[in-house]
Amino acid sequence: MKFGVVVFPGSNCDIDCYHALRDVLDQDTEYIWHMTKHLGFYDCIVLPGGFSYGSYLRGGAIARFSPVMDRVVEFAQSGKPVIGISNGFQVLTEAGLLPGAFLRNNSMKFVCENVYIRTENASTPFTKLCGEGQVLKIPIAHGDGNYYVDDRTLKDMEQNNQVVFRYCDAEGEATAESNPNGSLQNIAGICNREGNVVGMMPHPERCMEEILGNRDGTVIFKSVINYLKGGAVND
Amino acid sequence: MFNAKVYITLKKSIADPQGNAMKEALLAMKYDGVKDVRMGKLIEIKLENKNAAEAEKRVRDMCETLLANTVIEDYTYDILEVGP
Repeated sequence: MKFGVVVFPGSNCDIDCYHALRDVLDQDTEYIWHMTKHLGFYDCIVLPGGFSYGSYLRGGAIARFSPVMDRVVEFAQSGKPVIGISNGFQVLTEAGLLPGAFLRNNSMKFVCENVYIRTENASTPFTKLCGEGQVLKIPIAHGDGNYYVDDRTLKDMEQNNQVVFRYCDAEGEATAESNPNGSLQNIAGICNREGNVVGMMPHPERCMEEILGNRDGTVIFKSVINYLKGGAVND
Repeated sequence: MFNAKVYITLKKSIADPQGNAMKEALLAMKYDGVKDVRMGKLIEIKLENKNAAEAEKRVRDMCETLLANTVIEDYTYDILEVGP
């Protein structure tokens, strides 16, 4: 089983993702430089957070045209699991692998704090070890995390169970106060129609070890490891 | 040679936190009567193309693929011929 962490110029959570997978969870993991035109064999690809290409123009707008992205699109279309975290989520929306787009946080602030998210869809490869409705505490760190999608697409997404996480309070209520950035319907994470491509703004790779005071992020990566070991998405 | 000016704005239906911050600042500076501020982007492109129609087609393609995200943004452009 092999994980690939894509590195764009300006990625800054690539080392954290690598550490989470290789050191904490003992998985074979490699970096994939964004200029790569021929992808080796991987079972799961991670698009990490950061500021790819300085987030010039829009977050993820330029990274989406990196040579590796054609291979990532093929990989995703073959049904294999792909996760985009924070800026990686933005890259996935810009690439059209996930619906919607990101606006400036409505608070006008860069928000860096722990938030609670409620699991809305526990059947994706990255959430299958979560309970439906399980509340996770995971940090966010972004200035452009205000998720937007048009009404018609949102309706479609809800019908297909594509909302994976919503911002909520500690009790799991998705209130206006618990929405850190103004995201539509408190959306913190989504998946594609098939469920194998997941994007989330919170950073699970930043809460993997007791020494950091929080291990809630482990469930995301353990889920995909479990999935790759043979559990079906909808078992 | 053509000079293209591409203007990118948030769709009217979408709130603009940056525009709002500027509006609040202008009002705090006593610029009474400021009702709304919206912020966009101006992108200037110099391009070599045979004719205006071809230049326009390329600029429109650039807007659709990279310069604008049409989920949240609208775009317009002016293209000016500036000699050979």
